[in-house]
Amino acid sequence: MSDFSSEGYMNMELLRFTTAGSVDDGKSTLIGRLLYDSKQIFEDQLEAIEQRSQQRGFEHVDLSLLTDGLKAEREQGITIDVAYRYFATPKRKFIIADTPGHIQYTRNMVTGASTANAALILVDVRKGILEQTIRHSFIASLLQIPHLIICVNKMDLVDYSEEAFSKVVEEYRNLSTKLDIKDVNFLPISALKGDNVVEKSTNMPWYHGSTLMYLLENLHIGSDENHIDCRFPVQYVIRPQQTEYHDFRGYAGRIVSGIYKPGDKVKILPSGETAKVKTIELFGEQITEAYAPMSVTMTLDRDVDISRGDMIVRENNVPSMEQEFDVMICWMNANNLQVGGKYAIRHTVKDARCVIKDIRYKVDINSMHRNEQDKEIAMNDIARITVKTTVPLYFDSYRKNRHTGSIILIDEATNETVAAGMIV
Amino acid sequence: MIKYHLHHLRELEAEAIYIIRETAAQFERPAMLFSGGKDSIVMTHLARKAFYPARIPFPLLHVDTGHNFRETLVFRDKMVEEIGARLEVRYVQDSIDKGRAREEKGPNASRNVLQTVTLLDALEELKVDAAMGGARRDEEKARAKERFFSHRDEFGQWNPKNQRPELWMLLNGKKHMGEHFRVFPLSNWTEMDVWMYIQLEKIAIPEIYFSHEREIILRDGVLLANSEYIMKKDSDLIETRTVRFRTIGDMTCTGAVESPASTLSEIIDEIAVSRVTERGTRHDDKRSETAMEDRKKVGYF
Ligand SMILES: Nc1nc2c(ncn2[C@@H]2O[C@H](COP(=O)(O)OP(=O)(O)O)[C@@H](O)[C@H]2O)c(=O)[nH]1
Ligand SMILES: [Mg+2]
Repeated sequence: MSDFSSEGYMNMELLRFTTAGSVDDGKSTLIGRLLYDSKQIFEDQLEAIEQRSQQRGFEHVDLSLLTDGLKAEREQGITIDVAYRYFATPKRKFIIADTPGHIQYTRNMVTGASTANAALILVDVRKGILEQTIRHSFIASLLQIPHLIICVNKMDLVDYSEEAFSKVVEEYRNLSTKLDIKDVNFLPISALKGDNVVEKSTNMPWYHGSTLMYLLENLHIGSDENHIDCRFPVQYVIRPQQTEYHDFRGYAGRIVSGIYKPGDKVKILPSGETAKVKTIELFGEQITEAYAPMSVTMTLDRDVDISRGDMIVRENNVPSMEQEFDVMICWMNANNLQVGGKYAIRHTVKDARCVIKDIRYKVDINSMHRNEQDKEIAMNDIARITVKTTVPLYFDSYRKNRHTGSIILIDEATNETVAAGMIV
Repeated sequence: MIKYHLHHLRELEAEAIYIIRETAAQFERPAMLFSGGKDSIVMTHLARKAFYPARIPFPLLHVDTGHNFRETLVFRDKMVEEIGARLEVRYVQDSIDKGRAREEKGPNASRNVLQTVTLLDALEELKVDAAMGGARRDEEKARAKERFFSHRDEFGQWNPKNQRPELWMLLNGKKHMGEHFRVFPLSNWTEMDVWMYIQLEKIAIPEIYFSHEREIILRDGVLLANSEYIMKKDSDLIETRTVRFRTIGDMTCTGAVESPASTLSEIIDEIAVSRVTERGTRHDDKRSETAMEDRKKVGYF
């Protein structure tokens, strides 16, 4: 933080990334290393984990203790829940979702992946690609994480051998041909010793690529947002009870994609009514161009009946409006999915109910084969299903728009979120 | 800066406003916890932005330990008046008088833990079904695990091992009768983000955040503000020093830092090179390694 400048801080970009990989591949250690080498660990935090490491008889400071925050996690030496960490360099601020590798916590990986720009997938160079690696890579592709970084870790344990690294890269390339991934990077690292994490390794002269930190600071995230299809879900209607604003009717929400300007001709869904944007504002300040992911308040040139859950779009670019559609889901609950079962469904800020019409197939994550016979969808399973909703939803495919293409299913008896869904 | 790219403070602002609006829309009786500290001041500012030109559509709730800095209370009342918000205050003293809470004894006594009783009672009395708090995930390791919408059972308890997955920005606030939610709009902010945002938006904060002379008690490496609420120990050193506060809480457990920083940009420069976390000045977290997790499980913030 020594080259801190407050002007630079105002211009930083935000990059969200998640970590994945099998248990013990070194995720927590890597995050600890990133924080430690970029000098984001404070003295009181370091003191606390030094003490713990000593108590446990470790010869080095166990950096994974930095992220494993819950009592049960420290007792068992594993990560149970997603932990969020923050660090900044003069270029970017980073939000890390450190997720557990255990199979029973796959739902947490999906959680971390849903908002990530990038995924770091750790592979223990000695073990190569494991079932969890495949599962997590598949989830990353299913959730359309724009950038994947494959960290081939524990290089120190194989004498920093180029062959060992290349073997993992090749193995992974075979796997990724079956996946829908846009941008993959490979790095040989040692999270424990620090090679190629923040500092360039002197142990691997054969490697000419960048360090992990350089990559994180320079990934091109400018095109991760969709600036083409205008989608503005109305979250809240602002009607002040003060006489001076008697006629004010503002539609508050977050622009999920596209660019809006005052004067734009817009269409309101589901009514199909049209109007022109009068103002776009926040706290009285007029905005001339509003784009994702801004939270704004919009006013229109005429009175239209609009309520929460409606969507303001451009007249000539509208989403699909259907009551029956297919979704790829990741099931996240101990109670299995019920065909014919009814669930609450949430899409943008709209709530509806739905019935599960059909299970089209289940995906065998290890072979990535579609199994049309197996209709038992349990915790951590991935399947394509058909749902029918009580009211039409206005959506895009997830591939086209992560925000208008995603849904969650909620069990109406327990109120738990039971599935993450991506509209096909 | 690339065109059509929000810089990170504006992105955090947009996210927080989204969460606050979502809370107002999904719950019947939300409330915003207001402590007089910088995080809750920033959160209140964001709530104003979220609903402007309408007033904030929920009350602010202050759990008053009775051991506040006078400056904080003066600031609170002035701010509430200016923005036309509704303020509810509930007193830890009342909980003690009613026998609902027992005062701790001795030199390290603090009402910090007792706050939970008063808070839970207030939420029940006001039938609050969503209480927004200014806690940040970077503050403490148990808080790093929090969701934006954090479910609490009917006893106000947090079950960190069985939290609802939170996907994309689809926030699930569904609950059974008697249950409620804690909501954390500033989850993704760091201490630095909060200070930079205060500067960017020119938000007023209590004067004790800035450098001033004060009589302090030097104890276990922590500089506590001298007040009648703290029982003195023989080993205590009482001196006048030039200090400011990095966090503001109860007077009995909020430590000061020695600092000449008297403007926002001086504070920001100081934090940029600081080697201890802001909670490093808090006495309440030093009680045990899992002090925060233990308190949170039973209903603390
Ligand atoms: N030799 C070596 N050990 C490592 C490396 N990275 C992690 N480890 C060790 O592997 C074990 C598991 O690491 P941890 O970070 O907890 O893995 P996680 O389960 O993926 O979070 C720990 O004992 C680490 O010290 C590495 O690069 N080299
Ligand atoms: Mg771990």
